[in-house]
Amino acid sequence: MGELDGIVEEFLVESHENLDRLDRDLVQLEAVPDSPDLLAGIFRTVHTLKGSSGFLAFGTLERLAHAGESLLAKLRDGDLALTPARTDALLELVDAVRTLLAAVERTGTDDGLDVSGVVARLEAATVASAEGDEPGRGSTGAGAAPRPAGPEAGAEAVAGAEAGETDPEAPRRSAADSSIRVDVAVLDSLVRLVGELVLARNELLQHAGSSRDGDVLRSAHRLDLVSAELQEVVMRTRLQSMDYLWSKLPRMVRDLASQCGKQVQLVLAGRETELDRTLLDAVKDPLTHLVRNAVDHGIEAPEARRAAGKPATGTLAVRAYHASGQVVLEVVDDGRGIDPGRVLATAVERGIVTAAESRTLSPSQAVDLVLRRGFSTAPRVTTLSGRGVGMDVVRTDVEAIGGTVDLHSEPGRGCVVRVTIPLTLAIIPALVVRQDGQRYAVPQAHLVELVRPDPASPTRGVEHVAGAPVHRLRGALVPLVDLGGVLGTHAGPGEDRQQTIVVLRVGTVEFGLTVDEVLDTQEIVVKPLTGALAGIPVLAGAAVMGDGGVALILDVPGLAAAGRATGGAAAATDRTATAPAAAAAEPDDERYVLLRTTPDVTCAVPLAAVDRLEEAPAAAFERLGGTNVLQYRGDLLPLVDLTVGPAGPPAAARVSAPRPGGSDTARPEPTRPVVVCRSRGRALGLSVTEVVDIVAAPRRAAAGPGRAGTLGTIVVDGRVTEVLDVDDLPSATGMTVDG
Amino acid sequence: MADPPGRPAAALMYCTCRVDDLYLGIDVAVVQEVLREQPVTPVPLAPPEVRGLVNLRGRIVPAVDLGRRLGRPAAVRRTTVVVRIGSEVVCLLVDVIEDVVTLAAGDHRPVPATVDPSIAAHLGATGLLDSELLLVLDPVAACVGAARA
Repeated sequence: MGELDGIVEEFLVESHENLDRLDRDLVQLEAVPDSPDLLAGIFRTVHTLKGSSGFLAFGTLERLAHAGESLLAKLRDGDLALTPARTDALLELVDAVRTLLAAVERTGTDDGLDVSGVVARLEAATVASAEGDEPGRGSTGAGAAPRPAGPEAGAEAVAGAEAGETDPEAPRRSAADSSIRVDVAVLDSLVRLVGELVLARNELLQHAGSSRDGDVLRSAHRLDLVSAELQEVVMRTRLQSMDYLWSKLPRMVRDLASQCGKQVQLVLAGRETELDRTLLDAVKDPLTHLVRNAVDHGIEAPEARRAAGKPATGTLAVRAYHASGQVVLEVVDDGRGIDPGRVLATAVERGIVTAAESRTLSPSQAVDLVLRRGFSTAPRVTTLSGRGVGMDVVRTDVEAIGGTVDLHSEPGRGCVVRVTIPLTLAIIPALVVRQDGQRYAVPQAHLVELVRPDPASPTRGVEHVAGAPVHRLRGALVPLVDLGGVLGTHAGPGEDRQQTIVVLRVGTVEFGLTVDEVLDTQEIVVKPLTGALAGIPVLAGAAVMGDGGVALILDVPGLAAAGRATGGAAAATDRTATAPAAAAAEPDDERYVLLRTTPDVTCAVPLAAVDRLEEAPAAAFERLGGTNVLQYRGDLLPLVDLTVGPAGPPAAARVSAPRPGGSDTARPEPTRPVVVCRSRGRALGLSVTEVVDIVAAPRRAAAGPGRAGTLGTIVVDGRVTEVLDVDDLPSATGMTVDG
Repeated sequence: MADPPGRPAAALMYCTCRVDDLYLGIDVAVVQEVLREQPVTPVPLAPPEVRGLVNLRGRIVPAVDLGRRLGRPAAVRRTTVVVRIGSEVVCLLVDVIEDVVTLAAGDHRPVPATVDPSIAAHLGATGLLDSELLLVLDPVAACVGAARA
């Protein structure tokens, strides 16, 4: 009940009131059958009901109200006369509406209830008046007195209403009683105060830890528990269900569809999914744009759909669900999809790709171009002018809140746009780095990888192009931005410093940020900078760290711009522009981690599925109930051992060698590489002999038929390499993964 | 909030402090607390008078070196006067915190025109104390106004 959106609740309360009046009016109408005022009032009430239920996407209710409205319109206009049968039908309408409202209040939907009988009777009452309205008019007047059925039906309806009242009324009242309106500002200050409380608790716990007083320890412990719970509850108060966004969609889709002469059925799923209010506001425009795009350009006109062998009514599904700590919003249509040819033509015209490049792109790569910055010339997301227009703006908006946008289109079959956003904006995962003695937090949403350059190697260190520092990374040149240089914190010349390159991505631009040291990752609470500090472009905010100190949060887009501004030729540039066309770094190629499983077998895993590459000590590998597991970060990680091929013996533990891209060096104890993947929201480890490299290959080549557990094949260095399907691996290897 | 600077209606109490050679008074109504040295995280690229950020019980507030703001030479200033103006909280770093003095409404004088404008811009009035002259700080100009500039 508590999840009912405010609008729905208002609608329910209002409709119950209206129904009570409708009951009264209908009964009264029997006594004064041709009172135009009464009829007009009843018509208005039913009309309102129809409008509201349509707006709130209660299709059944709307259909019912529509049937009633048609009958009432004719009665009101004097085209039909009120007969007992018609009064019965109208009273039946009121009862059915009541039942539906009760269902809506209970379940939040009016699906699954059959009103076709009532609708049929209403329709029959509207048309089947061949018995003549002239006699009808007379007979109503005459029949009013001798007909006991009418009043009885009315009385029944009223009785039913009263009986029904106890049922739907009770939860309605409790819903109203158990919720109050609170200003968002109050919630914000509550969140802030709880933050302070938590920090005070942390300080107290530190002191209590050194205290010998048992009572103090106990009290501190209790405070610890209570404040943790309080923090969680307070954070929950900021969450709001998707209904906040979705309540507007049915109406919008309806209007848009009728404007475009299309038939669209809107399916909303996952209304109860909750998201921080700030984020809901932030995704409102992108979501609106995606839905409009789908109706306007995705779903075809009814004739075109029929010609293509599809139902005349297109389906537009908007879904929301939680997945691995994030919220996923999907806009799925079964329309014509995106025409790669048109996208390519536009992209070439806008200078995003050259004509020569455009010929090398696969259709799916071409479709992805709509997400590229500069694809759209539309200045705002609300502008409509062509399929895909504004998608890059959607992407920019979503990325601004740390989210991502993916797009999958099947020409002729439809299009899926998936927007992934973090649960709350206030708390973000960040990589903590040190530069010139100070800590800085880098939002992980922008993080691509960490690289430790090897100063001794001529090609793996930092090189200079006309004075601009760059790093060779798998065939591409990554422009470098020196954090200390941008911030002006370098105490003196420090050319010999051993630095780490943090590869960051802003849109399609990748650049490397050189820092002194990478410390760890932390969940941080973002606090904005105020006053003069708010204007510093490379700083996004500040955060209180676990030890009570303050760390500045770097603004990655700002850093990219600062690199461009200060570095001249060292400008962070689009990878497409710098990467050699044929090299392994086409940004639209999917990237794969190349693994050696048995001495002579290599296979690949999509990089997107890989969380991290680890070296685990041999002692950490164990078997538990027939499943291989790995002790990993204080938890047990289910493990698929790829080193035991059908023929090959288990690979011996080996001494790890320094990996390119890793920041650790050889350790004395024998370790084995483990690829930690994410499969259906759960972590899964792949035990392999060696992590060979990260390669890029055309995505399309992976879409071939393959064995169970594989996605297909890619060609690496002229060799066909199988791509493992991480989602399918546990079942393909006969193992069960439980959360 | 303090009364309009320069035209205080009644006797006011000022928290007095020394910054370099200046004897300053801050309206007690805006002083939230006075703290000893707080750990300050420097903010690169910030204006020179902004020493950095302080974690004030979970709230991150800027620390402004009042000496630098008033055009005095840089020095290590440790004493932190926490000033709250509206919802804005700023830490003012001063050399020494002294006392609370009461200044009658009639003992306020306008800031002399000969005072260096970089200092005068942050002052509300001059206070006539028996011992010496008090420079009454305009907290809005010294904290919020200037911090926003």
